[in-house]
Amino acid sequence: MSRAAALQDTLPRAALLRLLAVLTIVLLPHVMHLPLWATLLVAAVLLWRGLAALRGWRAIPRAVRVLLALAAFAGVYASFGRVSGQTAGVALLVVMAGLKLTELNARRDLMIIVLLMYFLLITHFLFSQELWTAAYLIVCTLLVTAVLIDANHPGGALPFGSTLRLSGRLVLMALPLMLIIFVLFPRIPGPLWGLPSDAGAARSGLSDSMSPGEISSLVESDAVAFRVRFEGAPPPNRERYWRGPVFGHFDGRRWDGVLRPNAAAPPQAQLEGGAYRYEVTLEPQRSHWLFALELPAPTSLPSDASLDADFELLATREVRERRLYRIESFTQYRLQGEFSDAQRSFYTHLPARSNPRTQALGQQWRAQGLDDAAIVDAALTMFRREQFFYTLHPPVLGRDSADEFLFDTRRGFCEHYAGSFTVLMRAAGVPARVVTGYQGGEKNPIGDYYVVRQSDAHAWSEVWLGGRGWVRVDPTAAVAPQRIERGISAAFEDSGELPAFLDPRRPGYNLRYAIEARWDWINAQWNHWVLGYGPDLQQDFLRRFGLIDWSDMIVALTAAVMLVLAGLGWVLLRQFAAPLTSDAALQQWQRVQRRLARSGLPQRPDEGPLDFARRVALARPELAAPLAKIASLYLQLRYLQTADAAGERRLAQAVAEFRT
Amino acid sequence: MSATSRLRLSAERFALIFTQPFKTVQRRINRWIATRTPRIAGPWVVNRRRVYILPTRYGYGYALLLLVMLLGAMNYSNSMAFALTFLLAGLGLIGMHHTHGNLVNVEVRQTRVAPVFAGEAACFIVELANPSLAPRYALCAAWQEDEPSAQTIAPASIDLGARHHATLTLTQPAMQRGWLPAPRFAVSTEFPLGLFYAWTWVELDMRCLVYPRAAARGTRAPDSAGGQGSRNGLRSGQEDFAGLRNYQRGDAPRSIHWKSFPKQRIPMVKQFSETLEDELWLDWAELPAPWDVERRLSQLTRWVLDADANGRAFGLRMPTAIYPPATGAAHRHECLQALALFEAR
Repeated sequence: MSRAAALQDTLPRAALLRLLAVLTIVLLPHVMHLPLWATLLVAAVLLWRGLAALRGWRAIPRAVRVLLALAAFAGVYASFGRVSGQTAGVALLVVMAGLKLTELNARRDLMIIVLLMYFLLITHFLFSQELWTAAYLIVCTLLVTAVLIDANHPGGALPFGSTLRLSGRLVLMALPLMLIIFVLFPRIPGPLWGLPSDAGAARSGLSDSMSPGEISSLVESDAVAFRVRFEGAPPPNRERYWRGPVFGHFDGRRWDGVLRPNAAAPPQAQLEGGAYRYEVTLEPQRSHWLFALELPAPTSLPSDASLDADFELLATREVRERRLYRIESFTQYRLQGEFSDAQRSFYTHLPARSNPRTQALGQQWRAQGLDDAAIVDAALTMFRREQFFYTLHPPVLGRDSADEFLFDTRRGFCEHYAGSFTVLMRAAGVPARVVTGYQGGEKNPIGDYYVVRQSDAHAWSEVWLGGRGWVRVDPTAAVAPQRIERGISAAFEDSGELPAFLDPRRPGYNLRYAIEARWDWINAQWNHWVLGYGPDLQQDFLRRFGLIDWSDMIVALTAAVMLVLAGLGWVLLRQFAAPLTSDAALQQWQRVQRRLARSGLPQRPDEGPLDFARRVALARPELAAPLAKIASLYLQLRYLQTADAAGERRLAQAVAEFRT
Repeated sequence: MSATSRLRLSAERFALIFTQPFKTVQRRINRWIATRTPRIAGPWVVNRRRVYILPTRYGYGYALLLLVMLLGAMNYSNSMAFALTFLLAGLGLIGMHHTHGNLVNVEVRQTRVAPVFAGEAACFIVELANPSLAPRYALCAAWQEDEPSAQTIAPASIDLGARHHATLTLTQPAMQRGWLPAPRFAVSTEFPLGLFYAWTWVELDMRCLVYPRAAARGTRAPDSAGGQGSRNGLRSGQEDFAGLRNYQRGDAPRSIHWKSFPKQRIPMVKQFSETLEDELWLDWAELPAPWDVERRLSQLTRWVLDADANGRAFGLRMPTAIYPPATGAAHRHECLQALALFEAR
């Protein structure tokens, strides 16, 4: 007897084919994270299993199965260099789930594969947690549960419709429980142990260095960097500079933050004017930077974030999950009034032989006796007056990028202007550095919040002026003021350079804009309330209901789950109860039946009321007369005449008087 | 004094808990079950309060899976992972209620039990009925675990549609002649998710008549037993009319006394002494003196079976009762029952 034949005893063919289909659906989203060979292997096993069931092929011998499993293990190791971690672990799970199909000999194997499928569902959320995954979760749970039901029905397969209906009812009833536990289960700040190094989203957004052309490539991306909700009036567009990585070190072409001046504590900042309070929902970027309006108040930082010497806002851990933080900023400020000689030399340093023409220009301005502020003005005037162009597609620059840009090409994006301006300042002896981040942001009309996209990435400069501290200078504003006033799409309105998603002149832009605004709003709500539902939000949310700490939550959770479960249990028990009859006469007769059954005289299924009454009369002669009366009344009411109130009363009275 | 002896008694009981913890607990549980399941004639409606439910090993596996998923969700602070974990937790709990509901209100009835011979398996057929409109699936029945080797035979489980009923067969080895009462059995289900095992104890007042084990064929010819002395006083002779008696199944049509048929509702059969001579008397007292009771019963059972198989009329003479010669299934049963219950407990 082949094993394949033995398998069909465990699971009928129809149920097996269902299992294969559901497994395929569960595995499908993983295909994009899998190496090709793994996809092919699993597909082949699925196909073989299906055909083997249909054509009655023999099972694969045990030795071959073991070999296959070992080969798959080795394959995963060869592909990823390990078998743990997020992608490798998932690949291993997928392959093993596929190979498990080669042995489905007992109910145990079926149960294992069902539990594996539930686990495979959860691994999908490591890669994506978007809104549609909620629908995927529910549909897949329903399907896998249907397979589980099949696995627990010995004998022939149930019709697929009834399995699905039952599974659907179970999932539907589980949903309120899920909701309650989701809201009330106490969340703790993760992680419990180390995350694998490849966990979370891919690296995106601003990088830790800046060379010409890097930021303009970000403009092509419509991915959301973060969303901001202001409490009270938002600052105007030109003041919305979201400070990110700051670069003080220049190697002649590339700016980075590898070297920093020696300073333990962040510099002093005097904050003036009114504060802007706002809430940022930052998309994961796999970097330490948190973005805040210039300049964040050091007193309002999230607990796990700090400011460094360049006034960068850094989280202790890489941002791998979407995170929410509240912060306060002052757009009027005086940053670092005092400056040491060491710092001055750090922020005026340029590599000796780089960009000679730029260095000469700076030194020339200094030789003319201009002071620091005048030198800044001179540079901005140069950008404004001379033929400089703001473009998304600047020519490629060589080694001395500042020289080539300032004197030859004169076509550039923000990083060209900010970079070369900073070089120019340093050449003139004015301490300067490059700041990158985002500028502007688009208001979502539905949700009253701002969306800052990767396309809003920007670079500007900071110069240190005696008596004023670090002052922001945005040379891009000198060339393309509309970029700062109205945003990136305004800056390129007529140039035809814009990526499609930013171009208001494309057909259907307004409709798409309206739909996208709504979709973004829905996503923002999803991100905020569902994905962002962590320890902080939970505490805030539950405080409104008077649940202050963990013990409150656990008490509420237990009570709510018990209550809902009791309610659902009651509904289920009703379903499995004998339906109450609406026939009054039958009800009375059933009462008599129950009483007699209690005293040891049950009516047999094959007995009519009269036969039963005769048998009772033999066993208990004293009951003969009242029972005969009841039986005849009952038969009259039920079979001989239509509803008769008087007759029903007589029957009810006779039954009430009936004593066994 | 009584205080010290009571103390010693409770100390012994206490010690028993440690020396045989499992058995002690099992005994207590069994005692408790016995108080809750009276032996009744049926039908037995499964009461909500008499349904017991425990996780299966897959249930524990599922719980472990959920724990791992919960830890993963916490580690990755992954909201959708939390959602899935909690959905599955809810599903498990709802599944528990469903398994419980699948059993509640099922009616368990006994059916007639066919007699068997000692050494065979007694088949107790129980009928399960679903009074509700919701269908029930995968209901099983099995003896309480501590019973001797017994099993259910196909179908192992049954489905019950709305207001339908079906039967399950429980077998029990019948080792001794006499009445074999059906032990307590469990009606159980793991449907729909297999994560919980719900069961209820039922003890229906069913009993199976176990005939004695028949002795090996050909030990002694029944003929000689009949021929040796247990002869009627009637003389032999083909044509000697001996009287009429009531028709019994198996009588030859030619022996029917047709003349009396119109007058009497029941046909009469002519009896001749020759026929009587051919009748077989199986006599307890004829068996060799040293034979014990069981051996005698066993031998008589064999003769009853052989005589019945040959279609011969036979009578049985026991120390306590005499069964006049006759043929047919009812007579055979009567005789075998007498043998089965002879001096039975």
